[in-house]
This record gives sequence, structure tokens and C-alpha cells, in this order.
Amino acid sequence: MELGVPATRFRSLMFPSVHFPGAVNSKFTTALDFERPSEKPAMPTYRYMDQDGAIVDKNREPIDVSDEEAIKMYKDMLTVSIMDLIMFDAQRQGRLSFYMVSAGEEGIAVGSAAALNPADVIFAQYRETGVFQQRGFSLDEFMSQLFANCKDYGKGRNMPVHYGSRKHNIHTISSPLATQIPHAAGAAYALKLQAAQNPNEEPRVVACYFGEGAASEGDFHAALNIAATRNCPVVFICRNNGYAISTPTLEQYRGDGIASRGVGYGIETIRVDGNDIFAVHEVTKEARRRALEGGGKPILIEAMSYRVSHHSTSDDSFAYRAKVEVEDWKRRDNPITRLRKYLEGKGVWNEEKEKATRSAIRKDVLAAFNRAEKEKRPALRNMMEGVYAQLTEEQEAQMRQLRDIIERYPDEYDVSEFEGGLDGLGVKRS
Amino acid sequence: MPSTPRPILRALLGRTTPTRTNNNRIRSYSTAPSNARLNHSRTPNSSSLRSTSKTSRINLFQSVNAALSHALSTDERVLLFGEDVAFGGVFRCSMNLSSQFGSDRVFNTPLSEQGIVGFAIGAASEGMRPVAEIQFADYVYPAFDQLVNEAAKMRFRSGVWTEGKEGLTSMACGGLVVRMPCGGVGHGALYHSQSPESLFTHVPGLRVVMPRSPLQAKGLLLAAIECPDPVIFMEPKILYRAAVEHVPNDAYTIPLSMAEVLKPGSDVTVVSYGTPLYNCSAAISAAEKDLDISCELIDLRTVYPWDRKTVLDSIRKTGRAVVVHESMVNAGVGAEVAATIQEGAFLRLEAPVQRVAGWSTHVGLVYEKFNLPDVARVYDAIKKTVEY
Repeated sequence: MELGVPATRFRSLMFPSVHFPGAVNSKFTTALDFERPSEKPAMPTYRYMDQDGAIVDKNREPIDVSDEEAIKMYKDMLTVSIMDLIMFDAQRQGRLSFYMVSAGEEGIAVGSAAALNPADVIFAQYRETGVFQQRGFSLDEFMSQLFANCKDYGKGRNMPVHYGSRKHNIHTISSPLATQIPHAAGAAYALKLQAAQNPNEEPRVVACYFGEGAASEGDFHAALNIAATRNCPVVFICRNNGYAISTPTLEQYRGDGIASRGVGYGIETIRVDGNDIFAVHEVTKEARRRALEGGGKPILIEAMSYRVSHHSTSDDSFAYRAKVEVEDWKRRDNPITRLRKYLEGKGVWNEEKEKATRSAIRKDVLAAFNRAEKEKRPALRNMMEGVYAQLTEEQEAQMRQLRDIIERYPDEYDVSEFEGGLDGLGVKRS
Repeated sequence: MPSTPRPILRALLGRTTPTRTNNNRIRSYSTAPSNARLNHSRTPNSSSLRSTSKTSRINLFQSVNAALSHALSTDERVLLFGEDVAFGGVFRCSMNLSSQFGSDRVFNTPLSEQGIVGFAIGAASEGMRPVAEIQFADYVYPAFDQLVNEAAKMRFRSGVWTEGKEGLTSMACGGLVVRMPCGGVGHGALYHSQSPESLFTHVPGLRVVMPRSPLQAKGLLLAAIECPDPVIFMEPKILYRAAVEHVPNDAYTIPLSMAEVLKPGSDVTVVSYGTPLYNCSAAISAAEKDLDISCELIDLRTVYPWDRKTVLDSIRKTGRAVVVHESMVNAGVGAEVAATIQEGAFLRLEAPVQRVAGWSTHVGLVYEKFNLPDVARVYDAIKKTVEY
């Protein structure tokens, strides 16, 4: 301080802010230091209850979830889990072509969906069966999609587990990874403008689910960046389950998970214990509140979990990970057993209720299974309809060609499974 | 993505005077020699779109601007965004629209084509009518997945839902229009000349439109914004500042997937769309004079799903066809048109269908005039077809 200026003034003289437009809050420095992310502490993981279902911080206020709501969440997770077991086996028996289970991740889907309003719009990846279940997508609706029957909203066009329902405000699942993330940003922008145009309507948010592998796609980065620059009210929910099919996170990224990327895009971010359904619920509720704050902004949640299941029915994960690792995880921690312990600890759940509930769910799933399996396929015209709002002249000509070939080679085609048989094509004989 | 070298960008924008060489001739990479007889194109007759409204003499970028302005002012669901859109866009198509309609509805996006198109699809799927701009068609490829796997398939995969009052009939993305300037300008080289329409015409679910003139652009763009299907709207950028046309001040639409017979004829049908129509028109004038024939000229306007009937009706009359487009001939629109003609009018054909298109190469800077279909090549194709 030999110059006789106060310390603060001295520092600002020494280190004035830069005026470069790309980083207006940066200050000049004379220290040649590179940022070394590997030396920084990892972002903490928020939790409310521990593996045994006990509240970690006894001094905090209890979370805003009634016992009734907690039991509903529990039953939703249980339903997904039981349906998964039945459908996985059914696929193994050849009764449907494909299936994907949620084992280990039921808590993320159910807990977050329960924190949203039913009018909030959802974009999902493919392992969010719990979101559909929480929103009231019925067992019949699940089964119709899985068996691609005439009651399937997707008209028998999609692979199993690619659910979607405008009625439930959940967009249809598409297989390409991460493509739904920029949609979520754009949809959130639409909701934001619509709320501004109709002030009487309650503001809505978009919630968008994806895995940590999908977050490597360009779509993820484009989406977070545009959502931040356009202040879109969207809650991005990353399910970090440790594996993208066989690729472990160590080979997927080198940063601090997916959460660190939110920070890079200037997005408020939190990491949460995905096996703790209450923590997931609480951070989603708070994320939703923040997303609507001050005209809207995106929020990123990284929910940590472990994919107990194989990636899909087409995958055998013991080819790339030890069975013991999976068994350890199953034994050590699981969103369903954790909530069960909590409920039992509170005296609102017991073995008797558990048995009765499991058996009732199993019965309901099998009944819906049997109903769906008996239904016909959708009418053949659904192969062409819906590509454009109206069939094109070219498509109509092709449908006549198809009818003609089926009629002339009747032994080569079986149309009896389809609603209306050949007449379901909706074109006359050529 | 628009890593356009500044001089090129400026020249494309037409802001600077082209460099003059010592002999005071304008240096251009793609001008025909002064003694060329054929390679001077002329403007084809535009349809006499009857309108009681007053008209203005405007060029193509101004007519795009007028269409966007009309859409934004009459439908609050319409949004306009893309790279550098807020200040008016590098081709000035969105000039003054941000100040007029507000930065919530007309705005810049970060530099990511897949982000722009993905964002637009999401907005459309929740009931908006977004018009997304890709700065150059050459840069649309990062958005290819979004267009092919998402925009094109969205209604189909979600299923058809009962029509509601709110208009959300399904989880489709109707109202989505992706605009992109395309085509050669004489000095765009590899990455400012492309015309990738045939990559999109292979994708059911998309509509691909290319206007030939200011009058067409306004009507087709307004139809695209109203359309319940996603539309790829390709604007030949060499025409942005080319000839002006009388364009009605009021709004009007021109139906999509409907071709237009620009000039009736009886001996040969020339099918094209976008910029080459001008060369076709010039070639037809020369051929009719030299060969004593009568040529029919058809503008497809919508390249997919395209108006097969108008084309087949014409071929059944003339018995000869030449298909002309700027993009590469291999697996191009001409292949589809030619195959449809031989399927639908085989017995009436007097000669093989000729294709005149870009060669199967890239647009090298100094080779453009040899690459894109010029008057001489179209003239020659007509001649060969007639003399077959």
C-alpha cells in the first residue's frame, strides 16, 4: 500500500474488469493459472433419507409429501417394477418383440413426475415408464402399445415402450437419443409465450428426461444453450444410471457428471440421489418453481442411480459388467426398498399390505396383458395415414398397388390379424 | 456454422461492387462469353395471378419479408428465428420484423442448426407456427436428424388423434417451416451453392418447396406456414435481388404440391423448378425458333409431394420430356420425375426422358458455369429429344 491507495481501490486498479463482450464479468489477472476441473470438489448429491429410509437431517422440516401421496408413489414404483418383470419374461417367451425395464430408476421417474402439474408437458427418453404410470397412463394403455394392437395410440407403428399420449401431455418416445431435448426447449418457449398471451392460464413448464449417454449428443448441448439464451421454463432431468448400454460413465465423459455442464451453460443445477424418491420429488418441485421465476429459465437436475437391469431385452449386461456388481447394488440400495423402509418406519406399511398390493398389481397387469394380446392389429391403412395430414395422391396409388398385389397373391400375405382385413386398407380394388 | 469468408459473404449479399479487372470487364466466375448465343437467360412469364389488391414491384427477399410480416401480424402463433435473424438476416429477409413484432417472436438463436430445428419442432408440437431460418442450405446437415427422424415422423408415430377445438389434433409439428437459401450464385463454391432438396424429397412427411419468383415466394411461403405438415422452404438466393415482380400487397396463398404450366406447348415438355426455369425459358425460345417446335414449360413449385398428374398429362400430350434442376443428377429429383414418366406414360414416349442437372461432383469455385445446367445444355437436350 505504498502508493497510498486503499486496498480495494488498489485491487481494482491492478485487476480491472475486462471489456471483451464475451466475458464481461471477467477480471484481468497476472497469475498464469489454468482451471483444473479435476482438482475441484465434485458437486454434492442432495438427499433427504438414507438407504434405510431414515431422515438424514433430523433438524430439517419434513418434506411436503403426505403419507397418502407417499403410498401412491410407492404403488406406482411397484406397478412399474412388477409390469417390468412380467413383460421381460413375456419377451423372453416370444410374446412381444422388445421391452425395456426401469429397475433401479423407478424413483427418478415417479418422484419427479409427482412434483409436476398434470398440465406440464413432458418429453421422455425410453426408461421413464414411471412417469407414464404416475400420470395415470393405464395398464390397458401400456399393454395396447406393447402389443401394437388396434387400441394403441401409435397405431402399431412404434417398437414396444415408445409410449406417448396427448391426453397425458407426454410426447411420443422416439428412439434416436437426445432429439427430444431441443424439442423441450422449444415447447417450453411455446408455453411461455402462450402464458404471456393468455394471462388467465396457469403458467406451465416442460420437463425433459434423458440419460447421461444421450447428454453426449450435440442435441443436448444445443438444447441447453438455446434454453438458457431464450429463458425457457424447462426442467431438464438427467438420469445418470452409470451405463449407456455397455459404456460406463468413465468412457462417456471426463467432467463432473452431467451437472457440471449445466453450470457451463449458465443454468441453475442440482445433483440429487435418484434412489431417494423424496429428494427427487423435492428438487423437482423447487426446480419447477424456479423455472417459472422471472419470466422463465431452464433448470438442470442430475439424478444419480444405477441401472440394475440390462439395457433392454436385446442386451446381456453380464457381458460387460460383473454380476456381483449388480447384486451388490440390488442389495445395498434401491428406490423401492428405501421408500418401503421409510413407510414401515412410519407405521403406514407392513408385510401384509405389501403382499396384498403386489398380488393385486400382478393380477391387474396380467388381466390387461391378456386383454391386449387378444386385440386385433390396427387397420392396414395406418401404415400410410398420418405421414401427411392427408394421404397424398402418390400414397393412394401405392395403397391400390398394395391391395392389388395382396389380392393376386393371397397365399403370400395374411391380413386376417388386421382390423377389417384387406378392406382396412381403405382403398377400392384397382 | 456460417464461417463465410467476409468477401464472399459481402458479394453474396450484393453489398459491394464486384472487382473490376484491367480490361474493365466485371470479373465473375460464371458469366458466359459475350459472343455466346444461348447462354443468356431470360425471365419466364410468371403466372398472371389475378388479384384485386394493389401490387408493389418487389424482389424475392422483399416478398419473403412481406409474407413473414403478414404471417406475424395475423397469427400470434407465428415465430421467426435463426442465426442473425434479429438484425434482418444476412439476406435481409427478416428486415425490420424484430422491431415490428418484438424480440420475443423474432429473435437470434445460438449458432446450432440442430438446435434451431429441434427448438422449432418443439415449439410447433405445442401449437406454435415457427419459421426457422437456416442461414445457408449448405449448413442444414446438422439438423438432418431432427428433420428426418423427428419433424417428418412426429404425427405418424404419435398416431392420429381426434381433431379438437384447440387444433392440437395430434403430436405433429404442422406450422413448422424451415427456410433456407440455396443454389449457385456464381461464386459460392462448395459451401455456399448447394441445393439439397433431393435429400429431403426422399423423406415422406416433409414437404419441399422452391419458389421461382417474388410473386410465387409470397404465396407459397404463406401456404407453407398454414400447412399442417412440416415444410422445407428453399429460396434460390441468386433470385433474392434479381428481377422484381408485381406482387399483391394483400396476403394470398398458392397451393402446395401443385405444379404450374408456365407455357403451353405440344412437342416437348420441360419440367423444372427454381432458378433453372429462367434458363429453360431462354432455351425454349431458342429451340422453338431454330427447330420449329413448340415446348411446354412446367414449374413443379413443390418438389415433394409433387404434382404427378400435371406432369403426366403434359407428357401424354407432348410425348417428350426434359427434366432440369440445379443439384446433382445422381438420385436427384429428375430421376424420380423420369421414372414416374416412364411408368405412367411409357407408350406415349417418343424419346428417352432427358435429365439436365448438375454433374455428379461438388461446386468448385471456378467451374460453376460448366456444372450448373445452362441454356446451351437445356437447348441441346430439347434438340436431342426432338431429333431422337
